Amino acid sequence: MNIDIKSENGSAIAKLSGEIDHHNAKELRNQLDKFIISAQPPELVMDFKNITFMDSSGIGLIMGRSKLMKECGGKLEVRNSQPYIKRVLKLSGIERIVKIT
Amino acid sequence: MEVINEIKFTMPSLSVNESAARAVVSSFLIQADPTVEELSDIRTAVSEAVTNAVVHAYRNAKGNIELVVKLLAGREVYIRIKDKGCGIEDVEQAMQPLFTTAPEEERSGLGFSVMSSFMDKLSVKSSSGKGTTVTMRKRLAKHEN
Repeated sequence: MNIDIKSENGSAIAKLSGEIDHHNAKELRNQLDKFIISAQPPELVMDFKNITFMDSSGIGLIMGRSKLMKECGGKLEVRNSQPYIKRVLKLSGIERIVKIT
Repeated sequence: MEVINEIKFTMPSLSVNESAARAVVSSFLIQADPTVEELSDIRTAVSEAVTNAVVHAYRNAKGNIELVVKLLAGREVYIRIKDKGCGIEDVEQAMQPLFTTAPEEERSGLGFSVMSSFMDKLSVKSSSGKGTTVTMRKRLAKHEN
């Protein structure tokens, strides 16, 4: 599990790689929250291009970060999910709350 | 049920074993040559069931989780995940989408919904104080050759 956060045109892009499950979610949550609270970006993009697995722990991770971004006056987007990850996202109905592209 | 091959894997309820369980299932099912999507569905369902055992069944204790994978005649995959943890008081309620007893840990309450959507059959048997057994089945598509 790896995370690389960069700023581009006012947006923060967090490139995640590896697998998102309950075991890994805690570390990701800590790193993302630390960044959100310190940088207060107006927009955070979670780039899932290199995520090879995600179960419903990922839904909790996205929902929690969306809530925190909202509290900080920003918004969250999830980008570049693989088709099988999109199926988990779709099942959760999270696209009603978070922009999924 | 005619069993062609089977494997039993027992692991302590450590969260790091969520990925170990997925790896075991993937390795075992290679012999059936599932599609990427079928394997992904099964791995996700197994991950949900094992996570439930780690997070809920053994919340205040440690114990073992038993994973059984069988390849049945007719290209059907049978999976059983069993724990001897605290059990689920109300299985019907636990299976409702978005129901969770651990919102503070960002559990989405979608574990059983994922298992039921990604597998063909799902059965949950639980006894308070004794443990939970999750059984799932999925038939793999026939090969052309």
